[in-house]
Amino acid sequence: MAELLLMRRFEIPDSHTLRVYRETGGYQGLAKAFGMTPVAILDAVKRSNLRGLGGAGFPTAVKWGFLPKDSPKPRYLVVNADEGEPGTFKDRYLLERDPHALIEGMTIAAYAIGSHLSFVYIRGEYIKPFRIFSAAVHEAYEAGLLGKGILGSGFDLEVIIHRGAGAYICGEETGLISSLEGKKGWPKLKPPFPAVRGAFDCPTIVNNVETLCHLPHIITLGGQWFAALGTKTQGGTRMYSVSGHVVRPGVYELPVTATLRELIENHAGGMPRGRRLKAVVPGGSSAQILTADEIDVTMDVDGLRDAGTMAGSAGVIVMDESTCIPEALWVLARFYAHESCGQCTPCRESTGWVEKILARILSGKGRPEDPDNLLDIARRGAGTTICAFYDGAVNPYLSYVEKFRSEFDYHIHHGECDVQPGRVVTGLGTR
Amino acid sequence: MPRLTIDGKEIEVPAGANLIEAARRLGIEIPHYCYHPGLSIAGQCRLCMVELEKNPRPQIACNMVAMDGMVVHTQTPKVLETRKSIMEFHLINHPLDCPVCDQAGECWLQIYYMKHGLYDSRFVEEKVHKPKAVPLGPHVILDAERCILCSRCTRFCDEITKTGELGIFNRGDHSEVGLFPGKVLDNRYSGNVVDICPVGALTDRDFRFQVRVWYLDTQKSVCPGCSRGCNIEIHSNVRRPHHAQGRRVARLKPRYNPHVNDWWICDAGRYGFGSIDQGRITFPQLREGGLLREVTWREALALLIDRLRAYGPDEIGLLASPEMTNEELFLIRRLAETLGVKNLDFQVPPREPGDEDDFLLRADKNPNTRGAEAIGLWPADRGLDAWEMLEALRREQLKCLWVFHHDVTRCGWPEGAVLEALQAAQCLIYTGSNVNGMTERAHLVLPAATYAEKEGTFTNFEGRVQRIRKALPPLGDSRADWEILGECLEALNAGPKPNRPEEVFRALAHAVPAFAGLTYRDLGEYGLMLREVAHGASR
Repeated sequence: MAELLLMRRFEIPDSHTLRVYRETGGYQGLAKAFGMTPVAILDAVKRSNLRGLGGAGFPTAVKWGFLPKDSPKPRYLVVNADEGEPGTFKDRYLLERDPHALIEGMTIAAYAIGSHLSFVYIRGEYIKPFRIFSAAVHEAYEAGLLGKGILGSGFDLEVIIHRGAGAYICGEETGLISSLEGKKGWPKLKPPFPAVRGAFDCPTIVNNVETLCHLPHIITLGGQWFAALGTKTQGGTRMYSVSGHVVRPGVYELPVTATLRELIENHAGGMPRGRRLKAVVPGGSSAQILTADEIDVTMDVDGLRDAGTMAGSAGVIVMDESTCIPEALWVLARFYAHESCGQCTPCRESTGWVEKILARILSGKGRPEDPDNLLDIARRGAGTTICAFYDGAVNPYLSYVEKFRSEFDYHIHHGECDVQPGRVVTGLGTR
Repeated sequence: MPRLTIDGKEIEVPAGANLIEAARRLGIEIPHYCYHPGLSIAGQCRLCMVELEKNPRPQIACNMVAMDGMVVHTQTPKVLETRKSIMEFHLINHPLDCPVCDQAGECWLQIYYMKHGLYDSRFVEEKVHKPKAVPLGPHVILDAERCILCSRCTRFCDEITKTGELGIFNRGDHSEVGLFPGKVLDNRYSGNVVDICPVGALTDRDFRFQVRVWYLDTQKSVCPGCSRGCNIEIHSNVRRPHHAQGRRVARLKPRYNPHVNDWWICDAGRYGFGSIDQGRITFPQLREGGLLREVTWREALALLIDRLRAYGPDEIGLLASPEMTNEELFLIRRLAETLGVKNLDFQVPPREPGDEDDFLLRADKNPNTRGAEAIGLWPADRGLDAWEMLEALRREQLKCLWVFHHDVTRCGWPEGAVLEALQAAQCLIYTGSNVNGMTERAHLVLPAATYAEKEGTFTNFEGRVQRIRKALPPLGDSRADWEILGECLEALNAGPKPNRPEEVFRALAHAVPAFAGLTYRDLGEYGLMLREVAHGASR
């Protein structure tokens, strides 16, 4: 395995403390950053080919570049720690095991974009990460690493930690901003984009935890060094959350050039009990499903896009041959129906509709036209909504049905599962 | 001014106009639910999708500002198919209870389904169930199952009244409009949410179950409830009177006027139409031996003329009303001149100060005070004003008082003194629409048509002259004031009675400088300012 960047402190006792962080080279990137101009930092990030690791994979330097040059308003940095994509649990590890890396990365970003107030929006269910991160912020304030004149640089940064209340949509950056503003977590119409008009109508950059945690070593070791770890279009490593039918589920940090097969077979130990692989979702639940023979792909943003799916949040969900794909899709459909914010009509109505069709199929009352209706409903709603949530739901709707059509048809014609005959799915129709 | 092309037609639109408004100017309708020109852009319904050249994805027209050189298509196969899809999504959980829904006939789900949907239903699942028939306040009732969650009502309460009673609760297809805890939708403008609700989710508790909307006739008018002069439509039902126990006016709706009320009216105005159908005086009456007796108009007018001739000008008082039209007030002025009566006034203080706010409501609850002032319904030199007329009655110096519309027994003056004065009158003539303290005391009662039953103009507090139109025939034997006054003037040899208020207005515009140059035709939809206002302080 290549050198660990994000996870290098994870196994060190008390890695969440300032003491250990400093002993292991912590805050050196920040010290170096203060010796650079913000433009030089932006340039290093640009050369690093760092792409957002929350899900969209947008080049970080380009996002920062959208900030208006002439706005008299303050700029805000918002840290998206509302990790909610099913199958994804990397930010949780970072918050619990290396919170100072986030503080350091966030401060570098704030300095680079000229922000003096940073909001950290932490998923409501992340109670332990919240406590550990809050304690780290307290330590950092005490040590002069946050607040006024950080490290004698004259740069000020205040941090406000805000806890979410459990809605998936608040991880969408404009939904997050609405929630942060005290409103219902409804995504906002774009344009204007947050960089132009974001939190409290001020220019705002929203970055994911993992993205920001990469900044200290990008500054310390240089953008080009970071870029060299990856592909031409995406630098560095990232953390893959592996769950499902593998021997060793967990988080793995790999260069983005690693393949899905390497991750599953070498790192996660392959299938338990000698079962065969059936399918993999490579980038969180909103990514298109891949079949067992589609996993020889690199897991960078472009590699997975070219494979007809997406890197997303790098939440890798592995399903072996015992998995009923219609049931797996129903579980996701129930999630999307439950989490749709309800703002736009196509998403609000069709997420519930799809869930009901799938529940009916699983309960043995499927109709021959159901698979085609599912595909049609998904295609009709795709691309018509305010935010990416619905397109994220459409990806599994389409790919599961298209790639595993025969399983849906079997359920419809036989009234039961071909994978696990006689199995009764409970919880159908409840949400 | 950006110049753009929509469906092959070029148009120049004001900077900042969105594509829905730009297309509207070309007569192209882009269907929409959540967009309302008076509210912020929500972009939720997703129905107003259009295609833009050089843009791969359809965009919502409501949030797209018209830009120079833009090329917009509203009728491509992609757009039409998207509309159909969005209509299907809007309707899958809708109860489709049109036969029992008050919105039927003016429902944008029905209209757009017929225009842009027309797909075969394929939804076979159980629909989502939500609260039904929930009163939100004194005037509005909610059926959350019919709601399409366009958020117009919540935005109205947030942005227009700033009272924030309504919110959208829960998520996904369980989302529903409702009241915030402890709130009641009882702001002064609550009825407007019914108008802007594009579907049958919010209906009017007063109008509900009264009459099907396709039986309604509509007429443009102006609300007489205060001096703002909000533009309204009178919706009347004369075709199915049994549907609403004979109630002819089914409802009032605001009518757009950017100079006066935009799209809105207050609840007081909206629900203030009861007096048009209730408690009316429907025939002329003469008091004999303390009791009123029904008489014909011929008898009544003969008696009226006889009385006016019997007294000297100094013994007669005329008390006009700011509820009357400019035309009628002008005829009263002419009557005063004809008779040589100097005791002339139009104002009586209200019993209580009127409700006022910084939006539409004005404290002056009369629709035409400004018109009466401009026409000059004041006492002529050393004539008596209204209060002085009452005092003169009591002293028996004034013998005959003709009161229009005012119920002076219930006004801001001491009731005892007023009753004493009226008691002392030799001849008390009352022209009004409704039974009140005056009809109990007048010697001659002349039934007047209401504003909904006649034509004319009101001048609002800013000086805007606006037309009212006849939505209904006068109830019973009642007649418009201008007709009564016209008959009276003809009988007094002061010229032939006018055939139409427009003739009177022409004479008014000729005689009163403030109205100079104004004509019914020019008043148009939105009215025009009095000359003195339009030309500043040159009066």
